[in-house]
Parts: sequence; C-alpha cells; structure tokens
Amino acid sequence: MSAALVIFFALAALAVIGSISLIIQREPIHSALSLIVVMVALAGLYLLMGAEFVAAVQIIVYGGAIMVLFVFVIMLLNAGEEERTNFSKLATFAGIPLALAVTGFIAAAIVHSSGALPAAMPKGALTDTRTLSTLLFSDFVYPFELTSFMILIAILGAIVLAQREN
Amino acid sequence: MVPTNYYLILSAILFGLGIIAFVFKRNIIAIFMAIELMLNAVNLAFVAFSQSLGKVDGEVFVLFVIVVAAAEAAVGLGIIIMTARTRRTLNVERADLLKL
Amino acid sequence: MSAFLTQYAFLIVPIVKIAILVFIVLTVDAYLTWIERKVIAHIQARWGPHRVGPHGLLQPLADGLKFIFKEDPIPAHVDKVAYFLAPFITLMLALTSLAVIPFGPQQFTVFGYRTGIGIAEVNISLMVLFAITALAVYGVALAGWASNSKYSLLGGLRSSAQMISYELALTLSVVGVLLIAGSFSLREIIVKQGNPHLGLLGWNFFGFSSETVAFTQIIGFLCFYIAAIAETNRVPFDLPEAESELVAGFHTEYASMKFAMFFIAEYTSMITISCLATILFFGGWLSPFPTTPFWHFTFYLPSVMLIPLGLWVIFDGMRYETVFGRIVLPGVGSVMVAIGAALIVFPVVNDNIQGVFWFLAKVFTFLFVYVWMRGTLPRFRYDQLMSFGWKFLLPVSIANVILTSAVILWRMH
Repeated sequence: MSAALVIFFALAALAVIGSISLIIQREPIHSALSLIVVMVALAGLYLLMGAEFVAAVQIIVYGGAIMVLFVFVIMLLNAGEEERTNFSKLATFAGIPLALAVTGFIAAAIVHSSGALPAAMPKGALTDTRTLSTLLFSDFVYPFELTSFMILIAILGAIVLAQREN
Repeated sequence: MVPTNYYLILSAILFGLGIIAFVFKRNIIAIFMAIELMLNAVNLAFVAFSQSLGKVDGEVFVLFVIVVAAAEAAVGLGIIIMTARTRRTLNVERADLLKL
Repeated sequence: MSAFLTQYAFLIVPIVKIAILVFIVLTVDAYLTWIERKVIAHIQARWGPHRVGPHGLLQPLADGLKFIFKEDPIPAHVDKVAYFLAPFITLMLALTSLAVIPFGPQQFTVFGYRTGIGIAEVNISLMVLFAITALAVYGVALAGWASNSKYSLLGGLRSSAQMISYELALTLSVVGVLLIAGSFSLREIIVKQGNPHLGLLGWNFFGFSSETVAFTQIIGFLCFYIAAIAETNRVPFDLPEAESELVAGFHTEYASMKFAMFFIAEYTSMITISCLATILFFGGWLSPFPTTPFWHFTFYLPSVMLIPLGLWVIFDGMRYETVFGRIVLPGVGSVMVAIGAALIVFPVVNDNIQGVFWFLAKVFTFLFVYVWMRGTLPRFRYDQLMSFGWKFLLPVSIANVILTSAVILWRMH
C-alpha cells in the first residue's frame, strides 16, 4: 500500500462523503459547503496526478469564485430549508435506482476496458506550466479567444438579469 | 502508482451522485450545484486520461471546462435570482404555470 | 534511533519546522499588536500601553489571558456549522499560507533529508498563496451569515464583496513579476532579482536585474500593496469592521476565543502579505548592498544593529523595579549583545544569517508601514472603495501587464 494509494483513498473518500452530504443536507448553505469540500478534494487529486496548475486553478476559480457566487446568491435569496413533498418521494424510489444503475454501468464498462488503457505514468510526473501554456496559446488559441468572448457575454447577461426592475 | 482505473471509477461515482442529487433535490440552487458536481467529475476523468496518455491536452480542456462552468454559473444564478423574485419561491415544483 | 530518524526524516523534519514556525509567528503576532498600539499611540501624541510591564511589553500576555478566561457566548438561532467553522477556516488558511514562503537561501541536509529554510518547496508557491487568498473569503462570508444579526450580515457581505473585488487586482498586479521571473516559484523569483554589482537596483521595484530581462515594477508594487491592504481589511479599507459604522462588522457576534482566532488570522495575513511584498518586489533575502568582495564589510550590519540595541535594553531594564524590568529585560539585552558578538567572532554563522536578517528587516519595514497607515489615513466609504477597486486599480494592473510585456519583448530583440 504505497503512500500515493493511501492519499488517493483518503481524498476519494472525502470527495464521495462531500457529494453524499450535498444530497442529504436540507439547508442549501450546507450543501454549498459540502460542494466546496468536494472541490478541494478534487484539487488534491489533481495534485496527486501531477497537474499542479490545474489544481491551483480549480481552487482559485471553482472554489474561490464560482462557489463564492453560489454562497452569495444563497445569502441574497435567504434560501431556507428544503420542504418535503410527495413528488420527491417518487423521485427517490424511481430515481436513485436508475442513477445507481447508470453509475454501475459506467463503472463496469471502465473495468471491462481496463486492458485498452495504456499503463498509468509511473511517477505521476509534474506537468510543466510552460508546456500547458504553449499548448494553450498555439493549438488551442481559437477556443481561448472564443471563451474570452463567452465570458464577456456572460458578464453582460448576468448584469442584465440581476438588475431590479425600475 | 495509482492506476488510472481508480480515478475513472471515482469519476463515475461522483457523476452518479451528481445525477442522484439532480433528481432528488427540490431547491433550484441545489440542483445547480449538482450540475457543477457532474462537471467536476468529468474534469477528473479528463485529467486522469491526460496523466495516463502523457499528453497535456486533457488539462487544457479542463481549463476550458472550468471557464465555461464559471460563465454558466453566473448566467444561471442570474436567472435563478429573477425566477425567485417573480415566483417568490426556490422550489422547482412551484414553477408549474405551464402545467395542464 | 538514528535509522528510524533517517527513514522518517521526510515526515519529522517538516513537523519540527512547522512547530517552530507556528510558535514564532504566534509570538510575532502578539508583539505586532503591541507595536501597533504603541506606534499609533505615539502618532496620536499619547502613550499607548505602558502600565503592564515596562513599556507595556506584557500587554499582549494580558490580552491573551483575557481571551482565555472570558466567557464565550453563542447567540441564539445561529447556524451552528457555519458559526463554528468560520473562525476556524480563517485561522487555518492564514497559518497555512506561511508554509510556502522561503525565508532564506540556504539549503542544508539533516538526517539525509535535503531541505531549505521554509517549510514547503513548491513549484507553484505563488499560485498556492493566491488559492489561499481566494478561499479566505469564505471565513468572512460565513461569519456574517451565521451570526443571525443584521449588522453581521451586512458587514460580512460588504467585506467579502470587497475581498473578491480586490483579489483580481492583486492577482493581475503580480503578473509583471511573473513575466520577469518566468516561474511561479517564490525562490526562483528572488533569485532572478539578483544583481551582484548593483544590489538594491536589481530588485523588481527598480528593475535592473542581471539575471533576466526586467522592467521596473513600481506600478505593480503600488497596485499589489493597495489591493493587499484591501484584502486584509485594514485601514483605509476597513469600513466593514469599523466600530463607528457597523459595530464590528462580521465579527460582531464573536467573543473571546473565536474573536481571538479572527484577530490572529488578521495579523498573520498581514505578515504573509508583507513577506509576499518583499519577495515579489524587494528582493526577498537579497542584500541591498552589492555582493562583490569589496562590500563584505556590510556583512557586519546585523552585529552593528544588535549590540547597541542590546546595551540599550540592558540599561533600560535597570530603570524599573519589577521582576520583569530588573531581571528579564537585562537578560534579553545580554542575549542580544552575546549574539551580536558571536556573529563577529564566528564569520561562518554571520554569512549564513545574512539572508534571513535582510528578509526579516524588510518584512518588519512593511509591517511598520501597515501600522503607520492605520494611524494616519481616514477610511474609504464603501462605494468609494468599490469604485476605486474596479474602475481604477484593475485597469491600472492590466496596463502594468501590457506595459511590462511590451518592454520585455522589445528588450529581448
């Protein structure tokens, strides 16, 4: 049981517990906190895989900006406890087995095709940020520019949507 | 060290839990968080493949997914704020004006 | 025993270093509050704490005892998880950010484990610091939300909105430094500011480095420092926690130990920002004097400072009649004189201590500037604060990035 495997199981358990907590919690703010825990656990997993820049971006953007937006909106709308209605019980009985079936199917497909994957890199070598940025600005420069336009449109859209009617 | 399969199975489990949260929760913001959870599961699969194949393209794509998720969260939460103001509730079952 | 230590050195050495660093930082925090109160008092033409021990030196101890013994009330109907989590998150993040800061250039080997002066050596240490700054918003937002009080909620929302607004300017103002250094690692950034012949002028603030193509980062430093003061919620950006405006903002409903956690976290983040400012713009552990052999006499500067200071402390302690004044102060003074003399007698130790000495000197200068600003400047109104952050600081940071990259590209060809 190497150290990497122990860390992997610890972080994976943290991520799964966070996701289950997201489902179980009744207050939206607690669900948001659970999702932040999942984000940080995933950033740890990215670090374990050697993707250090992606791990840092995950925490800064996902954990530090997107989830802050969620928390602000929850505070702004004063979202309270979730009510239990009849329909949600139906969703429980029909939906959860279905979701578990989908998950099991995907997992089985992964295990079946494990021979087709090349072996994992032996050391989890660190990805050089320079390599990442060279690729981003040479092969992926069109998507890069398009995402910048998309962010601009999203900013304008969010401002227009959140304005009060005067 | 850690076989790529383990990461992929974890990604599948997180995706499944995201689907369960999407179906199970009644609060619109919690449903939105389930969408973010599913996107994160997909990101994990991308980085796992990027590590196992030795190419960096997967990580570049993860950056794009994160950026798109950010823009989507901004616009989606704007829509949620508007809906909450008009319908005065965050329960998706109450948004049933188009029901027969 | 020695074999066990060698095998597990990779665990034991960092743990020992963490223990030492946390102890040092908490002591510096406590005496930073003393320095702040004394300096602000002297700026305002009054004494400050001078009753509890000579020169008020035992005041932090008295404050600590007060925090321990005070009642810790929990308001009714608070959100228990968020209420207890908020100060814990804030303190944990503030202390964790100290782990990636390199305090000195030396690398030494202990029990076969090669390590430096600093807890963690990470390739992306600057990004780690930004990640921790990004997460620090949660402590404030959750504290405001969980307290079930209007003032807290308003203070918390305002404070966290201010923090995320200035976080953008903070991150962008550092991009100029990254372009010069070509790496995210703080150690690399310091090394690239070296100039053996010009010393001081090689720092990023002046931009005449001999290791890489550089451009002066004065604009970047100003943007960084202003944004950092807004991030740590200090004057002149401390409207969310100003007493006359919003009672105490997001930490109104926190008392005793939890308030102490917020307090320690604020001073620790001040220390981290000062460390960052010296590393990024003022050469970290590099000496302001050139390092050619002619200038080796500047290596005796620590002794020249320590010995007179130690002698003054000894004679000052003799003026008092209490135990602390008569015995402890002269003891501290004689230790300082002994260290100063030892540095002269053992030049090997003196050479190794230069880096850490200059680093600490610059950090304390920045901390003094923080305290100085608190005593001098009035605070911004909230809308002035937000428009300054978005409409002035962010465009200036972006302009700095464009200017720096243009100059570097031009000079490289």
